[in-house]
Amino acid sequence: MSSRDQNFKNFWRDFSVNKIAVFAFFVFLLILFVAIFAPLVSPTDPYDLNSVSIMNSRMPPMSEDFAGNLYVLGTDGAGRDMLSAIFYGLRVSLGVGVLSGIFALIIGSMFGISAAFFRGKYETIIMRIVDIQLSFPSILVALIILAAFGKGVEKTIIALILVQWAYYARTARASALVEINKEYIDSARCLAFSNTRIMFKHILPNCLAPLIVVGTLQTAHAISLEATLSFLGLGLPITEPSLGLLIGNGFEYMYSGDFWISIFPGIALLITVASINLVGDHLRDMFNPRLQ
Amino acid sequence: MLEYILKRFGQSFLVLFIMSILVFVGVNLVGDPVEMLINPEADQAEVERVIRELGLDKPVSEQYWYFLTNALKGDLGSSFIYNEPALKLILQRMPATLELALFSLFISLIIAIPLGIYAGYKPDSKASKTIMAGSILGFSMPTFWVGIIFIMFFAVYLGWLPSTGRGEIGYFFGIESSLFTLNGLSHVFLPALNLALFKISSVIRLTRAGTREIILQDYITFARAKGISEKRIVLVHILKNILIPIVTVIGLEFGSLIAFSTVTETVFAWPGMGKLIIDSIYNLDRPVIVAYLMIIVTFFVFLNLAVDILYTFLDPRVRLKGAHQ
Repeated sequence: MSSRDQNFKNFWRDFSVNKIAVFAFFVFLLILFVAIFAPLVSPTDPYDLNSVSIMNSRMPPMSEDFAGNLYVLGTDGAGRDMLSAIFYGLRVSLGVGVLSGIFALIIGSMFGISAAFFRGKYETIIMRIVDIQLSFPSILVALIILAAFGKGVEKTIIALILVQWAYYARTARASALVEINKEYIDSARCLAFSNTRIMFKHILPNCLAPLIVVGTLQTAHAISLEATLSFLGLGLPITEPSLGLLIGNGFEYMYSGDFWISIFPGIALLITVASINLVGDHLRDMFNPRLQ
Repeated sequence: MLEYILKRFGQSFLVLFIMSILVFVGVNLVGDPVEMLINPEADQAEVERVIRELGLDKPVSEQYWYFLTNALKGDLGSSFIYNEPALKLILQRMPATLELALFSLFISLIIAIPLGIYAGYKPDSKASKTIMAGSILGFSMPTFWVGIIFIMFFAVYLGWLPSTGRGEIGYFFGIESSLFTLNGLSHVFLPALNLALFKISSVIRLTRAGTREIILQDYITFARAKGISEKRIVLVHILKNILIPIVTVIGLEFGSLIAFSTVTETVFAWPGMGKLIIDSIYNLDRPVIVAYLMIIVTFFVFLNLAVDILYTFLDPRVRLKGAHQ
């Protein structure tokens, strides 16, 4: 058995202690599957104008149309099947959340590790910017960016990256500072490896555990923030119907009692964010040396 | 300590200065200032008059100076929609936002502190595990969606509470607020609870962590050895010590309540600053957006400053660090 397999086995042994976290992890895998294969698992294509009929609008859950199609979660104001719309919405929400998380992770750890590596004025400036940014709530930072540049897919992703990078930078710097004083870094320096090689091939892999913890919790936060911004009409455009936009659509029908149009996308959002948070919360406890 | 406070003051002004440059650059260099600051419905003569008035025909450095001195004089431009000074519009709506944020802070503390202490006091009980699981759920629930559910359930289905607006406004020592009338309270309750939800989760976690730390301290063991009742230990010894970190965090939490109130205010049509900024973004009412950003940034910078200074009084380690730097 290779050491990588052994590592994974150890990891899984520690992880599976918490049954709720294991359950949440499988729920998340299921959501991920549904999101990736949305066109295959959805009963209908909610954005195919030929199959959507306005005659079917605002049908309650479990109702059938004249052709005998069953709408498990009902239909929205335009006659789209809610279940399919939610599957497609998950795709957009997860896509934007995960993509922005990955970019923020790369940018943040680049700044964090290089700050720890080079120290001095460079570190002071970077960490001061991080401190200042983290003293503002994330929604305010996102609001400022989107108010200045307008809405759109790239702009929302940029806003989410700018909101998150500081958390990654702070975490990466803190763990890089610990790693840098270890002997393997000294030996790498003696071998005259380039700075870039030491930073990204030697330090980075050893800082990954805390970064992954921050990554899971931040991705959950990003998905939730994107939904909020899209609901407010500042995030994604209508052409990219994320869960937040679906909930916003249902908001119109709230007073007429058509609860399903905004409740079900919200439940999907809640399950997604909660499952990621539960996994992240447990990972944080696992990697926390004080609790071991 | 005085040196530390002065240093923090200097930093705060530096941040404000940088923010003013960022906002200025955002408005003037990224976009077209003529398009951004002048009403799109204005005719050519009006456009030229405003260009001269705002100094847009002058060099950039002079324009920034103009912007800065005007901002310091409290002139942040006039709203296209309301035709009133942007600053005045925002200040008019500030009390509504403050009262919503204060009331929801109050709700979150009276719910979260007892739950958090209990969860820290008996960490392995079923109830504590439920509380902690609930707090993760509270963390994960999107505020706006919970607001919609509150409206559907309490306002539409049960019809118990109103779902929009601020209600009747009462006066008390010259302060006007809907907290002083019964009708106003019924209006503020749902949005405040909605806004509080996220804070409840974070304060529960904070209180629990603090309680678990304090309960291991020698003075708690000593108090038990003296035969002091558990009730008194919880209510006096634990509560008192836990309040220090909580009180300091509240300052920062209050700021984030104000930021998040933009969402709650939009859902519940609460006439505060948050709803104003969202409406202004929809209507492209740029002077109001610029003014809101400047005001909210100033507010946050001074709130952080106040919390940091408060820390130096509560935690001597911060004072020493400041003195050595």
